[in-house]
Amino acid sequence: MDDTVVCRALTKVYQEDSVAVHALRGIDLVVPRHDFLCLSGPSGSGKSTLLNLIGGLDSPSAGEVRVDGLKLAEMNRSELAQLRLHRLGFVFQSYNLIPVLSAIENVEFVLQLQGMSFTQRRRKARAILAEVDLQGLEHRRPGELSGGQQQRVAVARAIVSEPSLVLADEPTANLDSVTAENLMALLRHMNEEHGVTFIFSTHDKLVMDYSRRLIKLHDGEIAADERRT
Amino acid sequence: MNPRLAWRNLWRHPRRTWLTVAAIAFSTVLLIFSITLQFGSYDIWIDHALGVYHGQLQIQHPDYLDKPQMRKTVANATGVAAKLRRDVDPRKVAVRGIGFALASSQERSYGAQVIGVEPGYEPEVSTIPNVIRDGRFLADPDAAEAVIGATLARNLKLALGDELTLLGAGRDGSVAATVVQVVGFFESGMAELDRVLVEIPLGHFQEVFTMGDAAHAIVIAGIDRSELDVQRDQITTLLGADAGARVRTWEETLPGLKQAIQFDMLQGWVLYVSLIVVVTFSILNTFLMAVLERTREFGIMLALGASPARIGALIMQESLLLTLVGLSIGVLVGLGITIYFYINGFTYPGLEEYGAEFGFPASITPEISFFSIGLAPLAILVFTLVAALYPALRIFGLRPVEAIHAV
Repeated sequence: MDDTVVCRALTKVYQEDSVAVHALRGIDLVVPRHDFLCLSGPSGSGKSTLLNLIGGLDSPSAGEVRVDGLKLAEMNRSELAQLRLHRLGFVFQSYNLIPVLSAIENVEFVLQLQGMSFTQRRRKARAILAEVDLQGLEHRRPGELSGGQQQRVAVARAIVSEPSLVLADEPTANLDSVTAENLMALLRHMNEEHGVTFIFSTHDKLVMDYSRRLIKLHDGEIAADERRT
Repeated sequence: MNPRLAWRNLWRHPRRTWLTVAAIAFSTVLLIFSITLQFGSYDIWIDHALGVYHGQLQIQHPDYLDKPQMRKTVANATGVAAKLRRDVDPRKVAVRGIGFALASSQERSYGAQVIGVEPGYEPEVSTIPNVIRDGRFLADPDAAEAVIGATLARNLKLALGDELTLLGAGRDGSVAATVVQVVGFFESGMAELDRVLVEIPLGHFQEVFTMGDAAHAIVIAGIDRSELDVQRDQITTLLGADAGARVRTWEETLPGLKQAIQFDMLQGWVLYVSLIVVVTFSILNTFLMAVLERTREFGIMLALGASPARIGALIMQESLLLTLVGLSIGVLVGLGITIYFYINGFTYPGLEEYGAEFGFPASITPEISFFSIGLAPLAILVFTLVAALYPALRIFGLRPVEAIHAV
């Protein structure tokens, strides 16, 4: 049980106007615990599709995904929702915070779904926001925060429930280089301090530079899988 | 999901929310006012219809209602009436004999309903003695005189003091014939009564129609409507099982009135339900818009681990809050308007004159009760919650991966 993610012969075929589009072609992938992995490749190479399948947001055409040893194909919608709630965190390209909630309420949202009491979740959310350097901004709504600040709130939301795996889809795409570097340093810190496994999908060289493992996808297949120091 | 999130979601588009709230509030006000006024107008309908002639309860021969024949009488009717006046509150009791006759003047003949009434007690159960347009009401209990409907008088070309010949059949089958002097014309406000009714003193009626001490109806009025069934049972007990008579409520003796009210109510409800349906579609539109424009956000929520049921519940909460805001405003304003008209009465041009002429209230008093006030808000609440079910259930059809990428 040392592997967070195991994919076997993972295949995804989309039907577009009766034409079969092979997004993934028999991917085999093992992601050990605490890994800091980056999926790269050109558009259409299958990065986002792979992230969606690992996150249980989509179902494969063939093959199998296991997260923390659990077979996703054997889970119903409700069980998948529970898996995402308790074991996974997501960071999206465009932050995707709930606009009517403040920063701290956005972070608390996941904890509230888990049924945590107000006092407990408020304490926890406050601590994690401090960790991502957002003290004093807890009660601002997303519209009152910069892009970098919003993405840090999104990171805080993704890790506050202490998931075993965080999936980040183009997390630096909308950030300037300084903010992006700060964010990656933060995520690396989270990986090292909290032992959270990260899988990124990106075009950004900065993210690739920060990763410890770089997988290059091409036409739905793994073209390269290299460990970095 | 917490209600705070639902509340904040409502105010993402304040103008749209206020417009929907206004639609709910306006329809609530309209419905509360219409329903309370409608129920209030039924009180007038009933009071007027019963007050003119029918009374609220009638004691009749058990078979008289189905077969109103001369021989189906209540024995010792004046004695029974005297007993009721003594033992029953509010003691508005009058005896009537009811017959049919050919009414002839010197020039014309018409069919008429001849009622024998107690001149001293009839004003307590009927407004006819108070709506005499020419002449006077009956005075002597045994005199050969009559008051007749104004329309019948016109048809017969009768003037005050003229003689009217009545020719019918007595209780024993014999010919009942009399000549009475017309002492008054009445306009009751009910056209069918004014066209056929001839009232003569009960004593003279009993003599002409060979009734002895019997009569066809003992009319009772002045009972609080909510007490009607209790009073009926009390009088039934008082009469005893072998009285050869049965106590009938106005709903039995005047079924047409109840049917007319039910028909009017049905018409009203068709209108009210139409209005509620229009408001419901307005709510449905608001929530469909909200769901469509927030598809991406719902996708994120699903990705974060929220179940479709929780997101659906959030939409239902938003619907509930929106509707409650509209209903609160609507009930407050609607109640305020209704109370104003409850105190001051609601009238419209012509009602005052009409009421004064025929002896009923010049204004309508809305009926204020939990039912009349609460019915519309409750119906709107149910309809809007049902409408919100549709967008809420759509969440179950969302696939997270597609919803996240929705524009």
